Amino acid sequence: MNEDATAARGLWSDAARRLKSNHLVVAALAVLALITLLAVAAPLLTPWAYDTLDWRHLAQPPALAAGHWFGTDRLGRDLFARTLSGVRLSLLISVLASAVSLAIGVLWGAVAGFAGGRTDGWMMRFVDVLYSLPYLFVVIILTSLFPRDNVAVLLLALGAVGWLTTARIVRAQTLALKRREFIEAARALGVTPTAILLRHVVPNVLGPVAVYATLIVPQMILSESFLSFLGLGVQEPRASLGNLIYVGAQEMESAPWMLLLPATFLVALLLCLNLLGDGLRDAFDPHER
Amino acid sequence: MLSYALRRIAGIVPTLLVIVTFSFAIVRLAPGGPFDQEQPLAAPVRANLERLYGLDQPLPVQYLRYLGALLHGDFGPSLSQRDFTVRELIGQGLPLSATLGVCAIALALLIGIPAGVLAAVWRSRRTDFSLAALTALGIALPSFVVGPSLALVFGVWLRWLPVAGWEGGAPRYLVLPLVTLALPVAAYLARLTRGSLLEVLRAPFVRAARARGLGGPRVLLRHALRPALLPVVSYLGPAIAFIITGSLVVESVFALPGTGRFLVQGAIDRDYPLVMGMVVVYGALTLALNLLADLAYGWLDPGARHE
Repeated sequence: MNEDATAARGLWSDAARRLKSNHLVVAALAVLALITLLAVAAPLLTPWAYDTLDWRHLAQPPALAAGHWFGTDRLGRDLFARTLSGVRLSLLISVLASAVSLAIGVLWGAVAGFAGGRTDGWMMRFVDVLYSLPYLFVVIILTSLFPRDNVAVLLLALGAVGWLTTARIVRAQTLALKRREFIEAARALGVTPTAILLRHVVPNVLGPVAVYATLIVPQMILSESFLSFLGLGVQEPRASLGNLIYVGAQEMESAPWMLLLPATFLVALLLCLNLLGDGLRDAFDPHER
Repeated sequence: MLSYALRRIAGIVPTLLVIVTFSFAIVRLAPGGPFDQEQPLAAPVRANLERLYGLDQPLPVQYLRYLGALLHGDFGPSLSQRDFTVRELIGQGLPLSATLGVCAIALALLIGIPAGVLAAVWRSRRTDFSLAALTALGIALPSFVVGPSLALVFGVWLRWLPVAGWEGGAPRYLVLPLVTLALPVAAYLARLTRGSLLEVLRAPFVRAARARGLGGPRVLLRHALRPALLPVVSYLGPAIAFIITGSLVVESVFALPGTGRFLVQGAIDRDYPLVMGMVVVYGALTLALNLLADLAYGWLDPGARHE
């Protein structure tokens, strides 16, 4: 141990140190950054848009010469542009859907835990009932209610069903917090319950929730692609990793690249996000390992 | 044990009722009706159709009728496939879907538990690390990537197995769908078994058994494995939901005539009775199987009964 081992180490610097020493997580972070950068910069890298038709190159395998690095699909659309536009859309939907689900989950769990008693009982019973159905069934019902080519509907539906676990975590945290002295002090000072909830309870439960949030994002990517694969999510001509994989699976006998390229991107995204989430959890809570 | 079982069974009924009510309310109040087409139907035709299917009645009446019919196992006629009732449609597909699900769970248990035990026994050796990498991959790979990829490699390139189809249930046609369904569950089971077995192997009673001179395999199989499998049993409930969801994809990828396509197609066609029927059947199935997993858990761990 060198001498600055005696210097104060906070939660964050400790976690950052542990995270940096985990080479797998660093590699995952690098791959994620690369994919995100590619997805954002894709329109600058290729002259084709996701829906431009190139009649001279229909269902071409990947080739550098024609400028279609990932090949084209049956309509002559550039798969590099489509795949990365799919990554962009999937990331956008899943990050926003995660935010929606976190907001609902934190509020629901904090209110239930803070109110206690019968309110708590009913609110959590509601969560139990939704839990007893497979998650994607509920999302499928929701997406079937609204126009299908609407990305906002899709992400709201994903977020509206994905908050259950967050609510449970937050409720448990709130129950523990409720009995702490600083909450009692706030109450003694005459702070209203709403203000206590928003100013004292919610900020204090955000730590564990932030770690859990990194595991929600890959789940959302998975759910979004799942729905798009089944034809219930993102609709043609827009590209999502899910509907690209669906088309690829239809064409795989003659054009395997249409399946393999988007599938590789999806798997890389999911794997890296899962590794990152696990790494963050280990970094913030080494006992869990 | 009996009172525990009765309490769990009684707990299911209100949940099921809520699911039925929920799906009825959501699906029935939705915008977009079953008779919405690009060419609108003539008003009298539409009114006749709605009267035929009872859609002109007030909602509470429709709801009570639906509940009453459900008690007789009647989900009403399908609105998109006019010649069939929902019960007939689900009845056609359910045997295949159920066979697929049961076999997939069995396969996952057969692969996952031994793999987890091996990883725990050979902890921190090469087997453990390669199994850890495989399980991470198995968990991260979605079924709609695994399915087509397996079909591509073993069906199209190697030509060992059929790419898709069913052919009245020839086993060759079920290999790839089963592997696709079972893989993520097996991977998760392996990880779970490894973790909990490692924990149990550190427990004092295992050390006591070793101190009394019992050999490695005996301690492992007779003493450590049973308590170590408790988390595995409690994972069976979520695993069932996972398999049911996965079957939607697998049935679509491999063109199997199960029930999964009815939910998807029903949602696309806004075929209310079909979607509701599927949700009720699968909801009841999930609840019942979760109950079984709970009961097994209570049987293995008496402490859980007094929660």
